[in-house]
Amino acid sequence: MDGLDAAFAALADPTRRAILARLAKGEATVTELAGPFRMTQPAISQHLKVLEDAGLVNSRVEGTKRPRRIAKGGIETMGKWLAMLRNALQQNYERLDTVLASMEQQKEGEKR
Amino acid sequence: MSKLTLTTEGDTHVLVTRRFAAPPQAVYCAHTESELIQKWLLGPEGWTMPVCISEARPGGKIRYEWTNGKGGAFHLTGEYLELEPYRRIVHVERMYLPAPTPDNHVETTFDADGDGTLMTIRMTLPDAQTRAAMLATGMERGMEASYRRLEGMI
Repeated sequence: MDGLDAAFAALADPTRRAILARLAKGEATVTELAGPFRMTQPAISQHLKVLEDAGLVNSRVEGTKRPRRIAKGGIETMGKWLAMLRNALQQNYERLDTVLASMEQQKEGEKR
Repeated sequence: MSKLTLTTEGDTHVLVTRRFAAPPQAVYCAHTESELIQKWLLGPEGWTMPVCISEARPGGKIRYEWTNGKGGAFHLTGEYLELEPYRRIVHVERMYLPAPTPDNHVETTFDADGDGTLMTIRMTLPDAQTRAAMLATGMERGMEASYRRLEGMI
């Protein structure tokens, strides 16, 4: 589960989230990413390395360029994890639904 | 049917919303009265909460202890900061895993929504790293069951 820790930690940074949002629209090179973020290329590369290590971004080689793109597997793993958290909470709240229903019944009973 | 939402906001917040088919008063009580809390705040199947202290007044203590009856145990402590009966609860809590996690500041509001209630939980963690750790390790203790299922999936 180290992958998940790394993925969430990577996403704890707003610049990295913005880079990911940009890559979600399509692949981009470091130069293309550096422009809109007003950051130096080494700074962008540093952020990309964190995202790559976390399994959220990968790259391909195209001549001298290395366009980066979203790594589907990493994103899907995070999505599954969040769905799992939602399910666990949902389980608690479904129990609460039952508790609330029995509270209502009890109140009805007291009225009679 | 997905009544629950779980989202992040900014760098340090987590938002949870859920609708209930009961008036705000009932939902509020189910969050503050220990004998009611013990019936539902349990996590995965098989876990119970033998100890539930909920002193619902500003400065009042919170202590929840869970067990799965097979040696698995876990607890949480906290303090109530503000209580507006049937409408709003503000408290801080920390889990022991076993080292205490940084304080999670939690504001829970209960708004009338037709015949029912819309509950909104807004959690504030000290920093982005803590929130990331909380989301990655599971907001609920005793998530081992889910955890194992996920490990099987990936």
